[in-house]
Amino acid sequence: MNEIWAGMAEAFLLIWSLDADLIDITLRSLQVSLSALVIASALALPLATWLAIRRFRHRRFVIATMNALMGLPPVVVGLIVYLLLSRTGPFGVLGLLFTPAAMIIAQVIIITPLIASITHQAMRELWSDYHDLLISLNTTHGQRIATLIWDGRRALMTAALAGFGRAIGEVGAIMIVGGNIDHVTRVLTTAIALETGKGDFALALGLGFVLIALSLCVNLAIHTLSRTEREGLW
Amino acid sequence: MVSQDLYAQLHGVVVQRRDKAVLGPLDLDLSGGGFTIVLGPNGAGKTTLLKVLHGVDRLTSGSVSWTVPAKTVRQGQAYVFQRPIMLRRSVRANLAYPLQLLGLPKAEISACVAHWAARIGLSAELDVPAPRLSSGEQQKLALARALIRRPDTVFLDEPCSNLDGRSTREIEDILCDASAAGARIIMTTHDLGQARRLADRVLFLNKGQVEEQGPADRFFTAPKSPGAIAFLNGDIIE
Ligand SMILES: Nc1ncnc2c1ncn2[C@@H]1O[C@H](COP(=O)(O)OP(=O)(O)OP(=O)(O)O)[C@@H](O)[C@H]1O
Ligand SMILES: [Mg+2]
Repeated sequence: MNEIWAGMAEAFLLIWSLDADLIDITLRSLQVSLSALVIASALALPLATWLAIRRFRHRRFVIATMNALMGLPPVVVGLIVYLLLSRTGPFGVLGLLFTPAAMIIAQVIIITPLIASITHQAMRELWSDYHDLLISLNTTHGQRIATLIWDGRRALMTAALAGFGRAIGEVGAIMIVGGNIDHVTRVLTTAIALETGKGDFALALGLGFVLIALSLCVNLAIHTLSRTEREGLW
Repeated sequence: MVSQDLYAQLHGVVVQRRDKAVLGPLDLDLSGGGFTIVLGPNGAGKTTLLKVLHGVDRLTSGSVSWTVPAKTVRQGQAYVFQRPIMLRRSVRANLAYPLQLLGLPKAEISACVAHWAARIGLSAELDVPAPRLSSGEQQKLALARALIRRPDTVFLDEPCSNLDGRSTREIEDILCDASAAGARIIMTTHDLGQARRLADRVLFLNKGQVEEQGPADRFFTAPKSPGAIAFLNGDIIE
């Protein structure tokens, strides 16, 4: 018990003194997860909106696949990305393994289905509401997608935040493809795993507090967004 | 007999929903400007007929043809839905939306928006989110948003169902102005007084069939079909 209290005290000191390692690791976490978020959103938002308004033959199958991909175990994603990027793999020549880029790729694969699935749900609802009006006004497909994305932007931000929350807290995949190399690919989650293993609870706890604070912010933002949506305060 | 101002024809139109025949089989010629009022009891298929004419609802079989080319049909038309559809935007943005789709210059759009907002008495509410308006205000907004493109054909599905007497008068005035400017108006209503005030022609629908069609004065003074007679008497139609 004493160890934990001592660790906590030291953790606060690290945060208070803006410890260089702690800052470095936190910034890298943000950089990797935000990049993954931007790329995943750019893929998922238009795709999911398009899926919500277009009827085609294998639509149900595509949606089922998207929902199934949401449940992909991150460790397995890590393994697959590792195999693809390893020196003998098909993308080995790019030399991306054990770089932040590899971690971003893994996170994109993990969070794109999640963002797409939440977006699709919201867009379908909005589309059933708008359908008759947008058809009546003779809109093009592009105009429909743009209208839905704009008017559904709060739901889309909620989806993006959920994706970010998943990315920043993920450890299995980025551990495998990033390698947890100090000052190169070490991020909050992998550092916590490592420091705990080494028995350095102070740094682990300090990093843990930062991670918790980030998740809290994300959840608070989601909550605020859904409330403004419900109350029609847009 | 093909009348000169024929504008649309329905051939063997059938609409089924969940294996239930909702409309038709229907062969119908539509002609003449002014007000065509579609009357009939609840569930007669009035909404379905309007949507099929406008092309927002799918046909099970048959065809609807307009005298203007199929590709341009909806460009000249507007539709006010029975349950107003509000974009989740401000009143201003709702009014501007149809014009923005056409890519009109900003100054022109805002002049139009100001004009129509004043016309429906919502000038002070321009920045209010449209879904927060009362249902009567939403109906007026939906009407203004439909007329803002100056359509040549306007479909209205019970545009006054949530309005008080004064608002109903305002809406009727707006519609009469549009009609005087040359718009053709096809409208459903459950308000027989309103039908009498506005109608040039009446289309009486019952159980998915057109039971009677013709000039309004003849319909109201000497209805022929038993369904229409019962309907005008306020009886329950079997
Ligand atoms: N999507 C649908 N699924 C099942 N039934 C439907 C559907 N759309 C319409 N119907 C049925 O078709 C019939 C005609 O509907 P419609 O809305 O055209 O009637 P209406 O004349 O406009 O009635 P009201 O005066 O109540 O507005 C109704 O019995 C309705 O239940
Ligand atoms: Mg109806």
